[in-house]
Amino acid sequence: MTPDDVRVLESGPLPIEDRLRRVDCDVHHSLRSLEDLKPFLSRRWWDHLQSYGLRMPVPFSGSSPYPKATPALSRTDSWPPVGGPPGSDLDFMREQLLDRYDIQHGLLHLLYPCGMDQRNQAFGAALCRAINEWVVAAWTSQEPRLKAAISVPGEDAAAAVAEIEHWAGHPGFVQVAMATHSIEPLGRRRYWPIYEAAVGQSYPIGLHTSGYNGNAITPAGWPSFYVEEQHGVAISQQGVAISLVTEGVFARLPELRVVVVEAGFAWVPSVAWRLDRHWSRMRDEVPHLVRPPSEYIRENLWFTTQPMDEPERPRDLRHILDWIGWDRVLFASDYPHWDMDSPELGFRLRMTAEERRAIYGGNARAVYGLA
Amino acid sequence: MARHVIAAAADIPPGGRKIVTVQGREVGVFNLGGEFYALLNRCPHQGGALCLGRQVGLVTSSEPGRYDYSRPGEMLKCPWHGWEFDIRTGQSWCDPDDLRVRRYTVQVEPGEALAKGPFVAETFTVSVEQDYLVVEI
Amino acid sequence: MQSGAIDCDIHPSVPSMAALTPFMEPYWREQVAVRGIDGLDLSSYPTHAPDAVRADWRIAGQKPGTHLEGLRRNALDGFGSCLAICNVLYGAPALFNRHFATVLARATNDWLAAEWLDREPRLRGSITVAPQDPAGAVAEIERRAADGRFVQVMLLASGDAPLGQPAFWPIYEAAERCKLPVGVHAGSTYRHASTGNGWPSYHLEDVAVRAQAFQGQLLSLVHEGVFTKFPTLRFIMIEAGFTWLPNFLWRANRTWRGVRAEVPWVDRPPAELIRERVRFTLQPGDAPPDAAGMERVLDQIGSEDMLLFSTDWPHWQFDGDDPFPAGFSPARRRRVMLDNPLATYPSLQQVTA
Repeated sequence: MTPDDVRVLESGPLPIEDRLRRVDCDVHHSLRSLEDLKPFLSRRWWDHLQSYGLRMPVPFSGSSPYPKATPALSRTDSWPPVGGPPGSDLDFMREQLLDRYDIQHGLLHLLYPCGMDQRNQAFGAALCRAINEWVVAAWTSQEPRLKAAISVPGEDAAAAVAEIEHWAGHPGFVQVAMATHSIEPLGRRRYWPIYEAAVGQSYPIGLHTSGYNGNAITPAGWPSFYVEEQHGVAISQQGVAISLVTEGVFARLPELRVVVVEAGFAWVPSVAWRLDRHWSRMRDEVPHLVRPPSEYIRENLWFTTQPMDEPERPRDLRHILDWIGWDRVLFASDYPHWDMDSPELGFRLRMTAEERRAIYGGNARAVYGLA
Repeated sequence: MARHVIAAAADIPPGGRKIVTVQGREVGVFNLGGEFYALLNRCPHQGGALCLGRQVGLVTSSEPGRYDYSRPGEMLKCPWHGWEFDIRTGQSWCDPDDLRVRRYTVQVEPGEALAKGPFVAETFTVSVEQDYLVVEI
Repeated sequence: MQSGAIDCDIHPSVPSMAALTPFMEPYWREQVAVRGIDGLDLSSYPTHAPDAVRADWRIAGQKPGTHLEGLRRNALDGFGSCLAICNVLYGAPALFNRHFATVLARATNDWLAAEWLDREPRLRGSITVAPQDPAGAVAEIERRAADGRFVQVMLLASGDAPLGQPAFWPIYEAAERCKLPVGVHAGSTYRHASTGNGWPSYHLEDVAVRAQAFQGQLLSLVHEGVFTKFPTLRFIMIEAGFTWLPNFLWRANRTWRGVRAEVPWVDRPPAELIRERVRFTLQPGDAPPDAAGMERVLDQIGSEDMLLFSTDWPHWQFDGDDPFPAGFSPARRRRVMLDNPLATYPSLQQVTA
């Protein structure tokens, strides 16, 4: 097959609006070190962390099970000049991302540590609280463009609900974040109180691929290579969407908004078609689904762009966006990670000014209630 | 097309590199074992600052489990997505025919030859005792 | 309907263990009797679920897929198929006891030959193997390959480990040597949760997430270097769906470009390898409801060679006489029904030539 679009090899950035007022729906801040959390942990839990560390079902104490493509999973040009890991210095984040690309709002997702995948759930709850205290003190109160997600210990629904209620109304938070590699698929009943609390406080749920649950990344089993795991992470988000729809979360909570982060979006139509076809024959198993699954997908789910689907012909994305809905897709850079997408060149698809405004900011402002 | 003097040859030792700006364009100049190559500092994929990337060897393989490693430091890995480019040709490893970074000819010229011109020395004075790198842009 | 199609996925069903014991050695016959071993139908396909049998193909009092006349009437004559490939979904690949697994695989194949292939010349078979016992699987492939009616080796889409890993290579080596492609059929041995996010509640979800198992397997086959190691071996993804392919191929290429040095034997873009070496059966589909949508997906898949006609008899995947979703032109249908199966299964060429 020969690509019939001329590849842009050396031109300048595609023409963009002067003021796109971009909203970046996936920005990764990071701790300089775990010491950053010390002021926000009780003596007991700080000592616990010192003695026992973070305990997830993974083999290595200081590395992902699949060593990543780059140090700290990050662009090699994203290490702050003042020291510390990528994403740990606010000034450098301003320079490389917020100011450089005219980002009106950056939505923060902390990947490490994660409170929800701690095997000691009481520690997980304390860790979530500390993370939330820290993100306000070190980030959102320092930079109004940045908005955080409330980290919740989602395997303990009561504690997660308490965490949501603790922060409700705080201007630094715009959503609730849960790990996606959860003990059970996220549509299962144990998580429903969390969704009810989020709806009660008008927070969307942001589901960034994260966490460890002891399961292989795909049902094919444990792959050997990072190149498989990296793609497998995006594949696993399909299962999250299928679970939320099929288990009836949206049928039960029609107002719930869920943003699926870091899986691209071109997979969505096929998953919806597949669900609809099988649902039409097995409706008696899921009587709570009163409408075709695709309708819940198009009404309750939003999807961030990164890692961008890169068809051989960029225009192939247009029909996919037509199907999902141009109001359902939210730009995300994933800064500073190695597979980030450029806010200027990530999308090869030629879009109208209106389409660009929606994807680069308007949709996110609507979902998150941002100005 | 003009010839620009961008550095003294001695400024970029073997294995070294230097990023220079010529007519508003950032160019990375590399010294591979005494041979000089210049590439546009902009990845054709998403515009990352390619010439700030890590220099790695070329790894190929004829069968699973075999790693044939050669040409250490001659491949340039984009700091953003890690796509590899051959510093000597500008070709990407993943799609050498269709995806390549713009490269420029670099010549080593003695200072006295440069005195005759035509060339543009943008930021420094040329002395006749040294060799200089001249990039055609 | 006289289509002359080759149906690449139908399912004769083992009525019970009693049908297989005549094909076992005395020791195993006694084990089966003494221990009451039975009920090894794969739970991926609940016998009474709506998708287990199409209503108008149901035969009162018969377990779905156990009736040769029904198969002739509905699967062969019903679609005018000149040949159909039988994939028997039974317990061998999922047993923990690898010795019994190999015995059961052999009995399943003997039973398929005696009860179906011998009685209906339009039928072909897949070789059931127990990959838990690679040496036993190789022996079974070699034993069966002499019978030209067995046209591929069959594995399940979710087993102990990803299918690209070297534990499976003796099976691929034998298959390639015998000029047999490898069919990977939907189904799980339940060694791994149905999703990376744990066990879903419903059969509907298990069916919906099957595509993920296939996606994981494709990544494994590509990146472990199976296509490099076995340069003529082809794989058929059976009951995988296929409209997820464009997105999958795009992402596989993008990821490979960044981290390919980890797997340098993958020296071509994954999409290119997959288009060349992997095939997909038609049903059950994940087709869009409209013809234009399907035409776009087929165009994005980027190859006319990849789809193989299948009805999935007796499972209920579609209604009426036409297994094709909207959007397949007559020329494309012909390729899917005949040209592509013939190119995929070399041993079928001798029959139809």
